[in-house]
Amino acid sequence: MDYQSPLAKVRGLGSAKSGTSHWWMQRVSAVVLIPLSFRLITFLDQSLNAPYQQTVDWLASPFNAVCIMAWILAVFYHAALGVQVVIEDYVAAEGPKIISVWAANIVFLLLALAALIALLRIILAG
Amino acid sequence: MTTNTNRPISPHLQIYKLPLTGIISITHRITGVLLSIGLIFFVYIISSVADGTDSYAAMQDLMSVWLIRLIYWGFIYALFFHLCHGVRHLIWDTGQSFENETLEHYAKIELIASVALTLFTFIFV
Repeated sequence: MDYQSPLAKVRGLGSAKSGTSHWWMQRVSAVVLIPLSFRLITFLDQSLNAPYQQTVDWLASPFNAVCIMAWILAVFYHAALGVQVVIEDYVAAEGPKIISVWAANIVFLLLALAALIALLRIILAG
Repeated sequence: MTTNTNRPISPHLQIYKLPLTGIISITHRITGVLLSIGLIFFVYIISSVADGTDSYAAMQDLMSVWLIRLIYWGFIYALFFHLCHGVRHLIWDTGQSFENETLEHYAKIELIASVALTLFTFIFV
């Protein structure tokens, strides 16, 4: 049974068909982030207090490198999904809403790339 | 037809006293947005490690300023708060524990757990 009026159809309104996966991936990334957050806190503690070489060695160890890289991928994805929901809730006008969501996604993508490149530089330089 | 302006309206946020669960719910959203902004700090810290000893030392100096260190610990608390209430959301997603008494009960557990985790991190990590 199709409840959409023909006019709504040609206007392209209605469900975008991506709501479920948005909701689901928010949960998947959340579960991934629970254990990884504790690695992040260890990294932050290292880099705020430890000598330079100690922090580099910590990050260059394969286990920590994988954890921090996975954290970077998961956290920026999780943040982008979450901020999108907040924007959609509070920005009523269609145009500004779409532009804000795009802008937020682009900023998170660039920040994630900057973080990944920094991590790779540390690992490769050792 | 005249409009009845005296009709009941939904409670206004500035007048309506939010229950504990309501305060925690909006705090979850606020901490989520703040933590997203805080990611800029993470990019700054990891980039300073990649840039070498000089930028690393400059970053450590900046992060040692007491006010910035206080904000840093605020972020750690926000992270644990968001994590604890996030776990609560995952439990809700399984369709469980929506009863009034468990809502209030879990709200208190979340608050205690997030403070305890922050203190644990402060003392032991």
